[in-house]
Amino acid sequence: MRKLILVTFLLLAVHIALLFTRRNAKAEGKETSPVRVGIVLDVGGRGDKSFNDGAYAGADSATKMLGSNIRFIEPGEGADREAGLRLLAAEGMNLVIGVGFIFTDDLANLAKEYPNTAFAGIDYALATDANGNVIPPPPNVAALKFREEEGSYLVGALAALVSHSKKVGFVGGMDIPLIHKFEAGYRAGIKKVCPDCEVIVQYAGVTPDAFKNPGKGKELALSQYNQGVEVIFHAAGSTGQGVFEAARATNKLAIGVDSDQNDDAPGHVLTSMVKGVNTATFDAISRVQNHTFKGGIYSFGLKEGGVGYIYDSRNRGLIPDGVRARVEELKQEIIAGRIKVPSTR
Amino acid sequence: MNPISFLTQMIRIAVPYLFAASGGVVAERAGIVSLTLEGFMLSGAFAAVLGTNYSGSPWVGVLCGILGGLIFSLIHAVATIRYRADQVVVGVAINLLAIGVTRFFLKLFFASSSNSPRVAGFGGNINVAGFDNPLLWLGIIVAPVMAFVIYKTPFGLRVRAVGEHPDAAESVGVSVTRVRYVAVAISGMLAALGGVYLALDQHQFTDQMTAGRGFIAISAVIFGRWDPIRAALACLLFAAAETLQIQLQGSHAIPSQFIEMIPYALTIIALAGVVGRAVPPAALGKVED
Repeated sequence: MRKLILVTFLLLAVHIALLFTRRNAKAEGKETSPVRVGIVLDVGGRGDKSFNDGAYAGADSATKMLGSNIRFIEPGEGADREAGLRLLAAEGMNLVIGVGFIFTDDLANLAKEYPNTAFAGIDYALATDANGNVIPPPPNVAALKFREEEGSYLVGALAALVSHSKKVGFVGGMDIPLIHKFEAGYRAGIKKVCPDCEVIVQYAGVTPDAFKNPGKGKELALSQYNQGVEVIFHAAGSTGQGVFEAARATNKLAIGVDSDQNDDAPGHVLTSMVKGVNTATFDAISRVQNHTFKGGIYSFGLKEGGVGYIYDSRNRGLIPDGVRARVEELKQEIIAGRIKVPSTR
Repeated sequence: MNPISFLTQMIRIAVPYLFAASGGVVAERAGIVSLTLEGFMLSGAFAAVLGTNYSGSPWVGVLCGILGGLIFSLIHAVATIRYRADQVVVGVAINLLAIGVTRFFLKLFFASSSNSPRVAGFGGNINVAGFDNPLLWLGIIVAPVMAFVIYKTPFGLRVRAVGEHPDAAESVGVSVTRVRYVAVAISGMLAALGGVYLALDQHQFTDQMTAGRGFIAISAVIFGRWDPIRAALACLLFAAAETLQIQLQGSHAIPSQFIEMIPYALTIIALAGVVGRAVPPAALGKVED
């Protein structure tokens, strides 16, 4: 038994020593070498047609344009997330990115252990103190946030302008502040162009399962369409697949989220509120490359091209030119700061 | 609120529960804990989409889905009956395995970690509110059929015997092992049909699309005191609560947290013996030597 403990400690000591050699070697490798980036994807990994694919696309263009050296880790459930980040940090990556708000706590903890490594968190969730003030992330962590409410505002206006029934719908996933941002912006956009429109808002649930429940999404959407709603915006992950299915079944319209979801129900997707996860990822990598990386809060909105809505050859037929012009007008007003979009309901 | 739309929506929501709870009743009456329903449903849903995608026929999908549930239930049966592993532990493992396996094959066959392409399905005539789906009708009759099987057939008698007193059953020449294998297999196939219904109603598979419905079904089994008809009524009750929440939400009449709590709260109440004692089959979960 004592032998076993001794061996374990010896191995541990060797292990730790090796970690240090890697890091020191790296530190001397410096300037001229391309920036080394480690990215830990959220559950699902590549092929999720959303967040992970967005981060991958951003990293891919960084590889091509900046010559960055990028390594991905696709964790399974739960605990591997922290282990993945730790592994990359211990390997001496210049930048470690966690994709998804779920990485927030792990990033904050690791950043303290590796003060010389840059960290970035997509959708990093900022905590607030007792007085409601935002607690900034650690100095070496970039919190990459999106002003989803701005994009939601535009699709809300769009939805209200194309429907004739004065009823517009919203299906959220889990009932949490992150999704309330979508709801708040959407609602404000609707009220801007149609003050007497009724907004029907429903959430699929109060647990993370609510993002993965297309059966529930379909029933929620069917009940809204039956009440006379013509357009539903979903911010509900794969629960939204059920919304699209209901749109097909009732021949109504739905609005996609995060990425262009036109392929999920062609002809029934009015537009999609897209998040530029690729833009944010690329931005973080290029900052590290240019030695301009600083911790803090980076917010991507309409102005930065971090959010937007899809208007292309595939959905042009669903959006009259006058409507498009009005929405573009609103977009310019938001960019100019003349319209303040609420982010809480 | 329109009573017709309420009823039709309630039944559509209840169908996956009805299949899975009927499966759960059979396995538990034979003495095998049914924590696995979620995993059976998920594997059934995936196999159905796979089969439908490559054959173009939802009926082939149904058969594949049943086969998918059967495979997972046999893994469960071999581990718990042949190797006498702890049924709760294996049950949790089966559910995790189903998540991993379906995700793995989703990537392998469809190069996506979120959803499959659209496949054929049943029905689609919105004017009949989903009632042109044969699986929906099957879901409505499955509980009475299982009640008949359990109470009126020799096989049902054996199932009840091995769940209550396996030694006595063995002493009169009933093969406890064989009865349990068959019961678990039936539960796997029935629960899988619940998943098949979900997937074909959506015309696609999405990662973890069963979203905890298997656990609601287990709640229904316990709240229904291991009786197929009472379990089915529990399923309808849970579905009615969900429908009420869907149709009243927006008016904020009932907090959704409260509705989501109902199945589990009622299960605890049932187990605590507040409304009549819920007595599980005597040999449930016992590992015989």
